[in-house]
Order: sequence, then structure tokens, then C-alpha cells
Amino acid sequence: MHTSEFRPLDVERIRKDFPIFATEPPLAFLDNAASTQTARPVVDAMDAYYDTYRSNIHRGIYQISEQATAEYERAREKVAQLINAPRTRQIIFTRNTTESINLVAHSWGNANIREGDEIVLTVMEHHSNLVPWQLLAQRTGAVLRFLEITDEGLLDFTQLRDLLTEKTKLVAMGHVSNVLGTINPIQSVIEAAHAVGAKVVVDAAQSVPHFHVDVQQLDCDFLAFSGHKMCGPTGIGVLYGKLELLEEMPPFLGGGSMIRAVARDVSTYADLPAKFEAGTPSIAEAIGLGHAVDYITQANLAAIQVHEQELLKYAHHRLKEIEGITLYGPSAPHQKAGVISFNIEGVHPHDVAGILDTHGVAIRAGHHCAQLLMKRFDVIATARASFYLYNTVEDVDRLYEGLCRAQKLMIRRK
Amino acid sequence: MNIYQEELLDHYENPSNYGTLPNPDISHEEDNPLCGDQIRIDLLVKDDKIKEVRFSGHGCTISLAAASMLTEKIAGKSLDEVKQLTKDDMLDMVGIPLGPVRIKCALLPLKVLKAGAYGINCWPGEEDE
Ligand SMILES: Cc1ncc(COP(=O)(O)O)c(C=O)c1O
Repeated sequence: MHTSEFRPLDVERIRKDFPIFATEPPLAFLDNAASTQTARPVVDAMDAYYDTYRSNIHRGIYQISEQATAEYERAREKVAQLINAPRTRQIIFTRNTTESINLVAHSWGNANIREGDEIVLTVMEHHSNLVPWQLLAQRTGAVLRFLEITDEGLLDFTQLRDLLTEKTKLVAMGHVSNVLGTINPIQSVIEAAHAVGAKVVVDAAQSVPHFHVDVQQLDCDFLAFSGHKMCGPTGIGVLYGKLELLEEMPPFLGGGSMIRAVARDVSTYADLPAKFEAGTPSIAEAIGLGHAVDYITQANLAAIQVHEQELLKYAHHRLKEIEGITLYGPSAPHQKAGVISFNIEGVHPHDVAGILDTHGVAIRAGHHCAQLLMKRFDVIATARASFYLYNTVEDVDRLYEGLCRAQKLMIRRK
Repeated sequence: MNIYQEELLDHYENPSNYGTLPNPDISHEEDNPLCGDQIRIDLLVKDDKIKEVRFSGHGCTISLAAASMLTEKIAGKSLDEVKQLTKDDMLDMVGIPLGPVRIKCALLPLKVLKAGAYGINCWPGEEDE
């Protein structure tokens, strides 16, 4: 982070870009780890496509189709810049993180993973960075190995050296846990994985939206994230891959746009990125994502991170006052992104979320698509609040007050 | 209407028929994989009538209150009557509008009861939506 370019967020101004907060009292939206609100400039850019140059890309020999193509490709450039990809064609548009990871599991995985090979995951993975590897292991006879975590929710590094061997072909891990908020030191994992010749897939669904991620600095082989968690629309996601890997990989889906020449029995495939973008893509959504990238970079990712850290510290401080509360995940804020998972003794997380909802506070309750992690902490579910650039201290206060009310209501006479 | 109203909370805090039976004729348990709620219902059946019923398990207010209400409703009824109970009957008992996620909580006890009454492993889930 360069302190010279740092300016704090103007949260009040930012909130004006999100009409959903215009009510009185405003919605306290604290489920950003699931999906964020969409910024007005993003919606405007998508509307402009629909209203003024709606057409398919890469084909039309007419002006608006050329404009749509240019805007779609412009979005790819913005994404490449955001994560510092060396070449724009290393950015593949998908539907979401899940599809990006499945693309790697099928295309790279089927071509490179053999019986007895080992794939290393962690117990804090989201199901979308777990199930595709289970399926790959079932197809190929590969073996899944798991990195455990400490009670604080940090990766157990002492175990890493034993797990990584010459059998390890792939390490797939989340950058930031969507339940614990743990920021994993993936750069060290990537170095260790490369030292044994393994490739690394980073699930960056919870990191790219919240702080600056540089794929060249990390030296990751693949990286996946979703537009809908970064003020963008649903239906658009990103896969970044190293050029030599992407170039060697066979296509994932077959169809239009991804071919060079088609004969009866075989076809030759288009160059990157088209090889991996079969069919008409999510055009409006890609354009929207480009504008979401503009939006969060203009707000400044370093400032977003600081803002979320402040909310996190404040929330920790307030929530700790609640009797019978258990907070999951690291206690040191610098090891943690703006996610806070908790349980209150005697109150089911569903009831916590249900009661908060009646007070205009939206949080998540459940297993958060991380059942391995729920088992690790021996809980069935947790309640989770997660922050983004438009959240305020008042949102946290309302969370706290709602939790006190929930507790009073549910533990009256027990 | 607030889902955390008095009647539901009363059932949650002081549930009817909470517990297990030592020698039940029918005992069935299921969980809601989405949220981990778990309900077991034990039945003592005599002359095709439900003589005694108990439920146990853990869950949120809605699922536990629904179980309490359901067990009150079926005491003394025949197994055939139990088989006739529908999703709407259950939701009427709960008596408040529920969103799609919480509906599953409310219907879990009915699923357990019907699977038990029919003697099948897992209710196929027309109630499940
Ligand atoms: C860490 C992590 N990985 C993957 C995903 C899946 O994202 P998507 O549903 O957009 O594919 C999520 C979103 O919930 C997530 O938090």
C-alpha cells in the first residue's frame, strides 16, 4: 500500500450510488460475503448497452456490434489491470468462481491428473473449491489431501511440509475464508507448492473484491473470482491462468466462438481467450463487471481494506460484550478480512438471522457452503456478518442491538 | 406479522410432548441438511390410534415450535389421519407467513412424522418444495 495515494473512503457519497440504502432507516446489509449490492454506475453501464448498442459480439459487421465487442474487450482489459495479469488474453470470462474452478478441473485436470496423484486442499474451502476436485479425483483415481487448521482458524503450516511431496500435482486453496475471514498466506504456499512441482489454483472470490491482488507477485497458476461479490452483476466471473498453461489446455465447453475452423470430425480451436468462451457470453454482465472494477479502484482498494478493518475491529469489540457469544476465526485483525462468524449460546443461528431481519439487518446463517469447516469447529451452523465499502458503524451498532434483542427474546425463561 | 410472536415462542420454550418413548412402535428421525436441524418423533400406537407421542432433537424456533404443535394435533388420531396431513395443514398450524428457507424448518416435523407413519426411510419430500 502506498501511503501517498491513500485517501479514506467517503462512505456517505458511496452510499448514494446504492439506491437500496435510500430507505429510513436504511437496510443494514451485512451479507456481502454472499453477494454485494450493485453500484449504480454498473447498472447504468449495463442499461446503456441494452438501450443503445444491444447486439452480439465478435460477429456483427455493423456499428453497434463493433461497439459491444469493444466494450466487452475493454472490460477484459480492466480486469487484467486489476489483478496485474501480464496479458489481457489470460483473462477468461465465466459465469462465476464455481465455473472458473470447474473449467480448470476439467480442462487442466483431465489432461494432467493421473491415478495416485495428489491434490492438496484445506478444510476451510468453500464447496465450489472442493467438489470439483472430488469429481476430478473420482474420474482419475487421484487422492485428495487436506491441510488442517488451528483452533484460531489459521492454516497449520507445520503440516504443509509433510503434505507436499513429489506426488502433489495441484494445490487448490481459498485466499480468504468466506466463513472465518482468515487471510491465508498463499504466497508461501505457492512457493512451497512450486518447489515440489505442483500447480496452484487460488479461489480469490473473497479477496479480489476487498484488497489488491497481484497475480504476478503471487505467481499463482490459476485464480478465480466472481463479479457479484465486487459491486458487479451476477452471471459473470473470471478465470486467470498462466499463459503457457492456458495455451496447452484443451477446451472446456465446445460450440460457437471457440473454434477456428470446423470440419465434420474435428475442429481447430480459437486462440485465447475465445477458446474458453464457447457460446454467446454474458455481454452486459461483462461490461458491468468492467465498470465495477472502475468503481472499486476509484474508491481505492487500499481504502476499502482499511475501512473494512475498522468495521471489523469495532464489531469484534462490540460483539465480544455479548454474553455467551463465540467468535470464530483469527483474533488478530490483520490476519482477517471483514467477515465475522459467531454463535450465541442458546440461540439458533437461524433465529439470530430471523430476528435481525425483523429489524432491517441482513446477515447470513447456515453452513456457508463450508461443511468441512463446520465439522472442524463442531457446529451445525454459524451466523455471519460481512462488510463492504458502503457499510457503516451504525450498521454494526444495529447488528449489536439486534443481537441483544434476539438474546433477550430467546433466552427469557430458559 | 413477526415470526417471533408469542405463541411460537411459547411452544419453543415450553414444548408439548418433548422427550423420547422407551419402547416406541414407530420412531423416525430426519434432518434438514441445509441448516442441520434434526427432529425425531416416537409414537406408541394402539388399535391404530396414536396413544403417545414424543419429539426430540434440536433446531430453530420454527422447527421446534412446529414439532410441538404437530404432536399436540396428532395425539389420539389414527395413522391414516396422520397420513392425510398436508403441507398446508402444517403451515396453518404455524399460522404465520414464512419465506422459502424457513418453510423447510416448519415442514421438517411433518416429514419426519409421515415417513414414520408410512414406514419409509426418508419422506420423498413433496413438502420440500
Ligand atoms: C470463498 C468462496 N469461494 C467460492 C465461492 C463461490 O462463488 P460463486 O457462487 O460466485 O461461484 C464463494 C461464494 O460464496 C466463496 O465465498
